[in-house]
Amino acid sequence: MTTKAAERKKLHGTGLRYWVKLRADIKRDRWLYLLLLPGVIYFIVFKYLPLFGIVIAFENYVPYSGVLGSQWVGLKWFQYFFKFPAWVTYLTNTLILSFMNIIFYFPAPIILALMLNEMRSLRYKKLLQTLLYVPHFISIVIVVSITFVMFGPSGIVYKGTEMILGHPINYMGSPDTFRWMIIGQTIWKETGWGTIIFLAALTNVDTQLYEAAMVDGAGRLRRLWHITLPAIRSTIVLMLILRMGSMLDTGYDHLILMANPLNRKASQTLDVFVYQQGIQQGQFSYASAIGLMKSIVSVTLVVTSNKIAHLMGEQGLY
Amino acid sequence: MAEANMSSPQHKKMIVSTGPVGQNATVSSRIFDAFNYIFLTLVAFTTILPFIYIIGASFATEYEIATRPMFIIPRDVTVNAYRFIFSSNKILQGFGNSIFITVCGTAINLFFTVTMAYAISKPRLRGRNFFLNMVIFSMFFSGGMIPGYIVVANILNLKNTFWSVLLPGAISAYNMMIVKNFFQGIPQELEESASIDGCTDIGVLLRIVLPLSLPVLATFGLFYAVGHWNAYFGAMIYMTGAKQKWPLQVLLRELIIMSNGSAGDMNNLDPEFVQPPEQSIKMAVIVVSTVPIMCVYPFLQKYFVKGVMVGALKG
Repeated sequence: MTTKAAERKKLHGTGLRYWVKLRADIKRDRWLYLLLLPGVIYFIVFKYLPLFGIVIAFENYVPYSGVLGSQWVGLKWFQYFFKFPAWVTYLTNTLILSFMNIIFYFPAPIILALMLNEMRSLRYKKLLQTLLYVPHFISIVIVVSITFVMFGPSGIVYKGTEMILGHPINYMGSPDTFRWMIIGQTIWKETGWGTIIFLAALTNVDTQLYEAAMVDGAGRLRRLWHITLPAIRSTIVLMLILRMGSMLDTGYDHLILMANPLNRKASQTLDVFVYQQGIQQGQFSYASAIGLMKSIVSVTLVVTSNKIAHLMGEQGLY
Repeated sequence: MAEANMSSPQHKKMIVSTGPVGQNATVSSRIFDAFNYIFLTLVAFTTILPFIYIIGASFATEYEIATRPMFIIPRDVTVNAYRFIFSSNKILQGFGNSIFITVCGTAINLFFTVTMAYAISKPRLRGRNFFLNMVIFSMFFSGGMIPGYIVVANILNLKNTFWSVLLPGAISAYNMMIVKNFFQGIPQELEESASIDGCTDIGVLLRIVLPLSLPVLATFGLFYAVGHWNAYFGAMIYMTGAKQKWPLQVLLRELIIMSNGSAGDMNNLDPEFVQPPEQSIKMAVIVVSTVPIMCVYPFLQKYFVKGVMVGALKG
C-alpha cells in the first residue's frame, strides 16, 4: 500500500500517471480478461489468421513450406484463370443461377407474406405459418436427399413423368434441369421462412390509411397495391441490396451436393470451382485467388447497389 | 412473431379494416378471400407433402414402392427398413457421432459465447472497444473457404479429429453480440452487491448472471445445436480419412446422393453398401435423421422467429 502510494507520488504530474491507472484497472479486471481470453484466441485463430492467409493467392503455396515460406508469384493465378476460355462458363453459370434466383425465388416470400397478411382467421394463419417454416430447419443434405429419392430414377416424380409424358426426364443428371432443381429446392426450403421479415414490416402499417382508402371506395387489391406494398418497399430494397452483394455466391454447400459429372455443364459455378480446385485438388493458391476476386466484386456490387438505393430515395444498407 | 402479431391490438384492428366482414363484404372481396385461402392451403400442403410421402414410403415394402406409382399410406406396413437401420453399425455409429458432435459442440459454443459476451458487456473494461471492433470487423470480412481450410487442416493439424468440426464455429459473432446486449440489460446493482460480498467477476457470472439468463442460454443452445445437427460441410472436408467419425449428414450424403447412379462417384462407396441401398431404407434414414429436429421444432419456431425479429429491428 505504502509503496503504491509512493509510486503514485513519484509519477505525479507525468504522462506515466495514465499507465499506472491502466495497470490498476487491468489488475482489478483480471478475471474479466481471463474470461475474454478464449473468445479473443478464437477470433484471432479462426477469423484473423484466415484473413491474413489470403496472401497465398499471390504465392505458390506449398503446405510443407507454410504460408510465410512459399514462393511469391504475384498475379500469376489471376492471369492463369483468364488464360483459358473456361472462365466464361463459370461466370455465366454463376450469373444465370443468380438471376434465376432473383427472378423466381426473390419475389416468392414477398407474395406469400402479402397473402398471409390478408388472412382473416388468425388461427388458420398461425397453423399455415407453422407448416411453412418447417423446411427451413431441415439440413440441406436432407433436402437434396429427399429430392434424389423423389426425382431420381426410382423415385415417384420420375415415374410419374414417365407415365404422363411417355418418356422419363433425368432430373438429377442433366444440365437442362439442374438450375430449375436448385431454384425449386430454394423456393421450397426458404420461402416460408423468408416471409417473416416482410410480415414484421407489415405490422408497422398505419391502419388509418386502410380506413381512409375504404372511405374512398378502394377495393382489396387497390389497398394491397397502394398501401400495403409501398409500406414494405424499403424492406424489399434492403433485401435486394443484400441479394446483389451475393450475386456471385451460389452457395457451395447446396451446389456441390447437386453437382455431378452429368450436369457439370450447368453446375460449374465459381463457388463449385473454388471447392473443386482448392479442397478436392489441393490447388490452394489458385482457389484462393478466385475466392478473393469474388469477394472484391461482391463488395463493389454492394456499394454500387446501395448507392442506387440512395438515388431512389431509399435508406439502403448504410 | 406470429404470437406477437396476434396479441398486438394494432394488428387485430388492421385485419378488421383490410376488408369488410360479414354482411358488408362485397362479392369481389369474398372471391379474393376464397382464392387466398385455397392458394395458401395448397402452398402449405405442398411444403409438407414430401415429408408425408417419405414417412409413408419408409414403412412400405420395396415391391410396393417399385410397382405402385403414387401412394401416401402403404398397403403393407413393414418396419424392415428401420430394422435394417438399427442393425447397421454404420448408421448407428453415425447417429452416435451426430449426437456427440451436437452435445459437445453446443457446450463449447455456449462456453465461448458466454465468457466473451460477459467480459465484453462491461463498459469499464479497458480496451473494450478494440475487442468489440475486432468482432464486428470479422462479421463483414472473412478469408473465405480455402484460407480457413488451411488454418484448420495444415496449421492446426486438426484433420480427422472431432476438433475440426467443434472449434471452427465456436462463436457466432452475431449470437455473441445479442447475448452481450442481454447481459448489459441485467441490473448492475445485483452484480455490485455480490462483488461487495467478495465475489470475483467469475463468481458473479456463475452465481448471479447465469441463473438469470437461463432462457437466453436455452435459446442460443438450441440455435447452436440445430446448426451442429444439420452441418455436413466441415465433417466432409476435414474427416476424409476417418469414416468412423462421420456424422449422420455426411453418411446420408454417401448413402443417398453419392450412391445414386448419376453421381458417378461409386468407387467411394462403403463395402457395406456395395449395392445402392433400397428406396425404403433411404427414406427411413431420412426420417431418422429428421426426427430430432422435429422434436425441438415447437421451441425452434418460437425462439428462432424472435431471433430473426431482433435482427430485423436492429438492421
